[in-house]
Amino acid sequence: MTNRTTVERKSEREIVVTRTFNGPARIVFEAWTKPELLKRWWVPKSLGMSFLSCEADVRTGGTYRFVFGHAASEQPMAFFGRYLEVTPHSRLVWTNDESDGGAVTTVTFEDRGGKTLLVFHELYPTKEALDANAGMENGMAETFAQLDELLVALGASAGGS
Amino acid sequence: MVQYARSGFDASFAALSDATRRGVLEQLGRADASITDLAEKFHMTLTGMKKHVGVLEQARLVTTEKVGRVRTCKLGLRRLEEEAAWLENYRQLWDARFDELDQVVEDLKRKEKLDGRKKRE
Repeated sequence: MTNRTTVERKSEREIVVTRTFNGPARIVFEAWTKPELLKRWWVPKSLGMSFLSCEADVRTGGTYRFVFGHAASEQPMAFFGRYLEVTPHSRLVWTNDESDGGAVTTVTFEDRGGKTLLVFHELYPTKEALDANAGMENGMAETFAQLDELLVALGASAGGS
Repeated sequence: MVQYARSGFDASFAALSDATRRGVLEQLGRADASITDLAEKFHMTLTGMKKHVGVLEQARLVTTEKVGRVRTCKLGLRRLEEEAAWLENYRQLWDARFDELDQVVEDLKRKEKLDGRKKRE
């Protein structure tokens, strides 16, 4: 059985992602709060990017800074902000300060008989900020996918000659 | 051909990695604006703003049109117009992310079991 990820545009300024994980909240929370673990899943392989650095001081008032790179670009991209609330095993709240219209992100972890219901919630200052910012990683994923396809196609035609 | 694709890709990456340019996109999401409007809004010289708009234009995130003496900027063709498609992309990103998180959770569970066994021994 595969776990379902659902996404809902809750309001003009909010977007909510939910998923259930096969482990207790204690363990899922750990994977969100230890940089060496975060690093292993935050940038999925399909995104085509990798971490250049991953710093996260996960406690109330602590800061984080993620820097990503892509093989095809020399320009790295940084995401950073501050943890507003860190409640072990149940709740994380952080800011996204890399752009003006950055969201406040809230993640809750709920124990459900050995499993964890995870709710990822982003609240943007305006509708326009959501449209502009939430699409950023999206847009990059799309660009990279297109680039990969193109490179495969070019490789195939070059191999044929 | 490769050169062309590479430069197109670099252009969009560079365009999105700057906070002012993301701000300009956000602004243009609300309403079209002239370069003068944008320069004022972002407390910048006309020349500075022209440069930013040029980068966005090259990445096809913004188009501009000169009417009389005013150059008006609007969001370009690359903009994801359809909300459904946009949401599905967003879902796929998180789905891929969470598939990898599943793996981490499995590893942690396994490790905990092993550690527990060691402690009992």
